[in-house]
Amino acid sequence: MRFLALFFAAAISLSVSGVQAQPTDLKAVLELHAEQIERPKRLQVGEVVEDLIALGTPEVTEFLQRWQNRELHMREADGQFFYVGEGTPIELIDVVSGQVVGTAEDSELKQLRPNAGVRRVLGSAMVQFQLSDPNILRRVAAVDSIARRPQADQLAPLLASIPNEPDAALKERKERLAGLLTARFGETTEDRVAAIEALSGELSLDVQAVMNQILTTRDAVAVTLPENENIAEVYEVGTDLSTAEAYAQLVSADLALALIPNDAIRTALAANIDGGFVGGVPVAQLNTDAARATAYTALAEVGTVPPLVTEADITSAVQSHVFYAVYTEPDVAVTDAANEALSEITTRVGMNQALDLTLDGLSLASIYFLAAIGLAITFGVMGVINMAHGEFIMMGAYTGYVVQLFIPDYTLSILVALPLAFAVTFGAGVAMERLVIRWLYHRPLETLLATFGISIALQQLAKNIFGTQARPLTSPGWLDGAWVLNDVVSISYIRIAIFILALIFLGLLLFILNKTRLGLEVRAVTQNPGMAASMGINPDRINMLTFGLGSGIAGIAGVAIGLYAKVTSEMGADYIVQSFMTVVLGGVGNVWGTLAGASLIGFLQKGIEWFNPANTLAAQTYMILFIILFIQFRPKGIVALKGRAAGD
Amino acid sequence: MERSFIMRNPSVLWFLLALAIFTLGVTILSEAFGIGGLSTSFIKTLGKTLCLCLIAVAMDVVWGYCGILSLGHFAFFGLGGYAIGMWLMYARTEEIVVNSLNEGAIPPTQQEIIDGIGTQIFGVVGSSEFPLIWAFSHSLGLQLLMVVLVPGLLALVFGWLAFRSRVTGVYLSILTQAMTLALALYLFQNDSGLRGNNGLSGLQNIPGLDHLGQATISMWFFWASAIALGAGYVLFAWVTSGKMGSVIRGIRDDESRVRFLGYHVESYKLFVFTLTAVVAGIAGALYYPQAGIINPAEIAPIASIYLAVWVAIGGRGRLYGAVIGAAFVSLLSSWFTGGGAPSIPLGFYTIQWTDWWLVLLGVSFVAVTLFFPKGIGGLFDYLVRKDP
Amino acid sequence: MSTLLEVSGVTVSFDGFRAINNLSFQIGEPELRAVIGPNGAGKTTFMDIITGKTKPDEGRVIWGEKSVSLLDMSESAIARAGVGRKFQKPTVFEDQTVRENLAMALKNPRGPFDVLWYKKTAQGAEKIEEIAEEIGLTDELKRRAGDLSHGQKQWLEIGMLLAQDPRLLLIDEPAAGMTPAEREHTTDLIKRAAETCAVVVIEHDMEFVRRLDCKVTVLHEGAVLAEGTLDHVTQNQDVIDVYLGR
Repeated sequence: MRFLALFFAAAISLSVSGVQAQPTDLKAVLELHAEQIERPKRLQVGEVVEDLIALGTPEVTEFLQRWQNRELHMREADGQFFYVGEGTPIELIDVVSGQVVGTAEDSELKQLRPNAGVRRVLGSAMVQFQLSDPNILRRVAAVDSIARRPQADQLAPLLASIPNEPDAALKERKERLAGLLTARFGETTEDRVAAIEALSGELSLDVQAVMNQILTTRDAVAVTLPENENIAEVYEVGTDLSTAEAYAQLVSADLALALIPNDAIRTALAANIDGGFVGGVPVAQLNTDAARATAYTALAEVGTVPPLVTEADITSAVQSHVFYAVYTEPDVAVTDAANEALSEITTRVGMNQALDLTLDGLSLASIYFLAAIGLAITFGVMGVINMAHGEFIMMGAYTGYVVQLFIPDYTLSILVALPLAFAVTFGAGVAMERLVIRWLYHRPLETLLATFGISIALQQLAKNIFGTQARPLTSPGWLDGAWVLNDVVSISYIRIAIFILALIFLGLLLFILNKTRLGLEVRAVTQNPGMAASMGINPDRINMLTFGLGSGIAGIAGVAIGLYAKVTSEMGADYIVQSFMTVVLGGVGNVWGTLAGASLIGFLQKGIEWFNPANTLAAQTYMILFIILFIQFRPKGIVALKGRAAGD
Repeated sequence: MERSFIMRNPSVLWFLLALAIFTLGVTILSEAFGIGGLSTSFIKTLGKTLCLCLIAVAMDVVWGYCGILSLGHFAFFGLGGYAIGMWLMYARTEEIVVNSLNEGAIPPTQQEIIDGIGTQIFGVVGSSEFPLIWAFSHSLGLQLLMVVLVPGLLALVFGWLAFRSRVTGVYLSILTQAMTLALALYLFQNDSGLRGNNGLSGLQNIPGLDHLGQATISMWFFWASAIALGAGYVLFAWVTSGKMGSVIRGIRDDESRVRFLGYHVESYKLFVFTLTAVVAGIAGALYYPQAGIINPAEIAPIASIYLAVWVAIGGRGRLYGAVIGAAFVSLLSSWFTGGGAPSIPLGFYTIQWTDWWLVLLGVSFVAVTLFFPKGIGGLFDYLVRKDP
Repeated sequence: MSTLLEVSGVTVSFDGFRAINNLSFQIGEPELRAVIGPNGAGKTTFMDIITGKTKPDEGRVIWGEKSVSLLDMSESAIARAGVGRKFQKPTVFEDQTVRENLAMALKNPRGPFDVLWYKKTAQGAEKIEEIAEEIGLTDELKRRAGDLSHGQKQWLEIGMLLAQDPRLLLIDEPAAGMTPAEREHTTDLIKRAAETCAVVVIEHDMEFVRRLDCKVTVLHEGAVLAEGTLDHVTQNQDVIDVYLGR
């Protein structure tokens, strides 16, 4: 009877609370739900939160946040809730006004510690608030947090917040995010399929992530293939799955006995040595797997050790089961749509990657072109091997570095560095031509060695002056960052600048060689020095200027390369072989040939890297092998001069 | 025939005599067999220098006599080192693994031993499997064959491709340099099967000879290197004398004229290129057990260029010139870089030779090329015979 | 006199320029033939084709009794088949002695291993002496070839050709830069060689050609303009036009 009365009373009090008019301020809600707030349960706290949200006042957000962060305290004496401030005794702060309303000792207060489940409920409730917060930064933060960790219960508040979103850009983001969430957590199959199909036109990483989430599979094993599961793939043992892997799956599903690893057999045998014998086999003979198996089987028969799993056991166990992958998502329609969307996305991503690769190749080609074009002039036009060409590149880069020490403005310093680097290396080139190379014009192999001597001397000098650590050459601010086309395709501005620089040089060189008096004289001296001399051209002067020009361009290339890589004393050596390859591959004595060589090397290297992304070393190796083979078929390079003029 | 060959080339006899006296002197001064005036590490340096002289002689034949400035012979040297290093490392690790496994109660199986060796050797590159190229590493005989075969075959294939397409002069140099770079880059990879940039190490420990001590072993290798240098010198002196020498030098001076005389120039170049590559491989196989470690940096193109530098400084086209150049420059280099040379205070700046040696080498190299194209050997010629 | 070499319908172009234009030519064994023509007539290219240095775009080059095509053979194989060539500039191996130069040219197996194991023979030495006498360099055998005079180098090169035991000799301007006495000796050498084998001499110098006293082929713009005795061709109107300009 008493029990009944209690039950009745409870029922009344429930109905009373239901009937009661909605409380209209925070204090009232807190009073009403004091017990739930003090000891919240995950399943019931929703009611409190609903009431709080219904208030819609700004302090509610604050309250939820503090509550979630375990910053809410209750005064034991009267059950009032406060935030606390600094100091001892502790300042009590009113939850509504935010004013200090009194003080209390630590012992008088109880800190409220909602559990993880409750805090999650509070969190998503807050998101809802934040999504409609008047402050746009808060709204953006809320969208960011959803994007970072999408959850099913965020979908409804997100959708609800969209119609009233004032900011157009944010609204678009919200809609897009809602689409992503719908694809994963939408209520009906139709909703989800529609959302997935809408996303299939995109190629961003988060869309791919969503599709992959939907298509998450787990491996499973059974005697027969289950009919009511959303099966992704049935594995064929031997092709998709090795027998050992299949058996390991059986073991982890408790469908088969664990294999005894060799170590364990060894340990077990060692533990059971009995007077120089194990299971009847002399210890000294236990140096083959077969003998060990015999001994172990004998031990297993007497029950000392768990039985050995034989090959036959493994085969039959594997054969009597099917191995398959099953989608965690049960809805076939959804997974089908997601698969289709993903394959469409993959195609588009592939196309965009190809474009990205092309841009990468183009930029690498421009770097090689810049590095090699100076060499193409000295080697190609004059037939002089300059092993110190790489060191001229390095000198150019260090010139840039030194200029930046004196001129802090990066834009200005680069503008000063480019002509200065040209001047410095032009001077060095002319000096080298006058002092060394002109004595060796008819001994090309010795030119190679002498310039190599200069190369090691210059490299060591740079090391002595600038030290071994890499020096920075900082690009101007407006060259920072990248031109981003979409999630897949982007190219940094520096690379674009290098590309443009390469184009400028191509144009300039073509102009100098084909349209100017100097170019005419250079070509004349190249083709027939004796005849040129008899026509009043001074071959000495022309050789000197040509060599200077080639070296000067190396200096400018050095500044460009320094901007994109680090400046070290060894940077030249990194480019010298590639540069020679570029010139030889392209065809000697021809600017277009160098362009063709640089493009081929650049694109090919990027292409090989794409097939084997982890390994740039391998890419370079195969690249060089390719060049060696290519020269077999076109010994004179891509753009070859034909006929008797080419000489032998 | 052999006797008359020596008679026709008295310089070979003189060289062998000098080498024998040098070897005897070092032996007398060694710790293991003599009065102990030379440290073991210096004996190793001398032994290594002999190996460098051998490869320099090979380089001289291919460049000084045949006119092919190969910038790849140090790659063959390195390959020889790797080939012998594989056996040294395998056999040495096998000893250690077998010893440690034998301490267990149960004797190890063959597979356990192999797995143990694999883990020991390839642990540093995160693997324990033996790559295919280690298939013969358990056998000293087969691996010694590899010392000859690997550089020989590479030279044969590469040379065939290059000479066939009539790549000559500077182009050929660049092509050989590219080959060297490709090989070095390949070896730098962890999955090359030769431990990436860790290379092979502990090569100074000769399996089965631990009880002898490094002092004795270093002398054995010193003798072996001296014998190899002597034999190589005689071999190359024989090849470069007589009609073969005539044809080879003819190819250097005017390739197409030799061709129109009916000689298949490519075969001759291939013969010289491959033979010298094989000798370079043998030199490397003797060098690296004395050095103790080999890694891909040793193969980098710059090493081959240094080789050319030695030969040029010593004097091209003379076998003893190559020996002098290699010995002189490499010993001088280790004296300067090892801190042996006194630094020069200039008041405002002190020249530390560890920093400035390469500058000196580079500049003197330019000077030699410009002013003494015949190198030290040329000077020698001038002193010994007034009329060349 | 059987036909040794037959060149028919050969054409070569470099970058559109026809250096040899449908050229046909034949020579028997033994025979002496002079080829003349103005600069750029294709004389050197003609030799390049026979010796395998240049491959023609079309046409045939047939050699010997068995009528083998020279076009499929390498330069060294053609040389071994019996075609010897002397270049315009004397090209001897200046770093080596006259004897070494001649020894290298002696007809012997040419493979690297044959050469490596080659042993001097009495016949070889005899042959060298013989040739040295023929070319007048007996006293110079031990000298460096580089120390010889210009004319001596030319003779040495002819001697090297003779040492090859060739069936066809192609000689490019042998008399260039020689004194009259040297020329006479050269003429004798060539005439004597032509007693046993086919010899083609390319020459500018009409006087020298006249002294050779042989059939003459005139090349112009890569084709045969006229053929016959020197007197015959010098009276040919086309030849006069070409040499004197139209």
